[in-house]
Amino acid sequence: MAGMSGRFSTVVKAKINKLLDKAEDPGETLDYSYQAQLQNLQNVKKGIADVVTAKKRLQMQAEKLEQSVVKLDTQARQALGAGKEDLARMALERKTVAQTELQTLDSQIVELEDQQTKLTESEQRLRTKVEAFRTKKEVIKAQYNAAEAQVRISEAATGVGEEMADVGLAMQRAVDKTEQMRARAGAVEELEAAGTFDDITQLGSGEDDIDRQLRELGASGQVDDELAKMKAELGTGGAPQGELGEGKAGA
Amino acid sequence: MIVRIMGEGQFRIDDSDRDNLNELDNAAVAASEGGDETAFLTTFAALLDHVREVGTRMADDELEGSDVLFPPADTTFAEAKHEFTGEGLIPDEDQGD
Repeated sequence: MAGMSGRFSTVVKAKINKLLDKAEDPGETLDYSYQAQLQNLQNVKKGIADVVTAKKRLQMQAEKLEQSVVKLDTQARQALGAGKEDLARMALERKTVAQTELQTLDSQIVELEDQQTKLTESEQRLRTKVEAFRTKKEVIKAQYNAAEAQVRISEAATGVGEEMADVGLAMQRAVDKTEQMRARAGAVEELEAAGTFDDITQLGSGEDDIDRQLRELGASGQVDDELAKMKAELGTGGAPQGELGEGKAGA
Repeated sequence: MIVRIMGEGQFRIDDSDRDNLNELDNAAVAASEGGDETAFLTTFAALLDHVREVGTRMADDELEGSDVLFPPADTTFAEAKHEFTGEGLIPDEDQGD
């Protein structure tokens, strides 16, 4: 077949042949093949574990960000209630950034979940094939002379080898995705380390670098809307909402 | 013939369907080489759907090699261009120029 499948098939088949072309003695090929298959299964398991680890890291970050969103929202209300609109705006700007990061994290968690499912299914298929190969290997050893065995082995090994190549590609894609997510997780950590999602009551009175940057990020439209909404809510609610930070303020 | 969709498994397809597959495959390549992402995604999805529709899924414990292998369903346009139809990995069969 020409076109995409033609070239793609050729690439994959070349890889499989390389994988299988190891020993000349049929018995050796059998045992080598089986060992290689078991090794391959181990690698896939490790690959799945890596995806799960990356996913957990993102989930932990998402939880932290959710807490920040709640906290900053509360603080914005309190600041507004206390008549400190600048502080309220600052809190809302930070909340907006946290929400945006949270959305990205959530969609990435879903993506990793998807990779995990795919890899787990691939592992299952490969496991079944490896098991079928193990059975067939014993039959071949028992029933055929060397020349016949060679033919049958190479047929059976091709079936497994192709599955290994398939899982190999799935692994590679999962690793690529996981790497991207790691970079993402690192970026969120940098924002955290810079204090982007910190308690605004921990800040001094002056505007710091983060706030200038947040303003430049252009979140102001959304922030204005939210501020107006909050004002309206508080306006109908009447009395101011107590002191900023509710005793949590640092000295 | 036996067709594998990477990441999904193998399908047995009647040999009489070869021309249909070829046509769908060529359409996907044309879209990819023409730089049309939407067309590529549509034609490539149609190609794989066709395999799933006319093919019979093989059991996981069957040990046969495939005649044709297709890239995974979530292959992106960039991957298709770069890896599967680019000038990189495998030289063109007989494209005179």
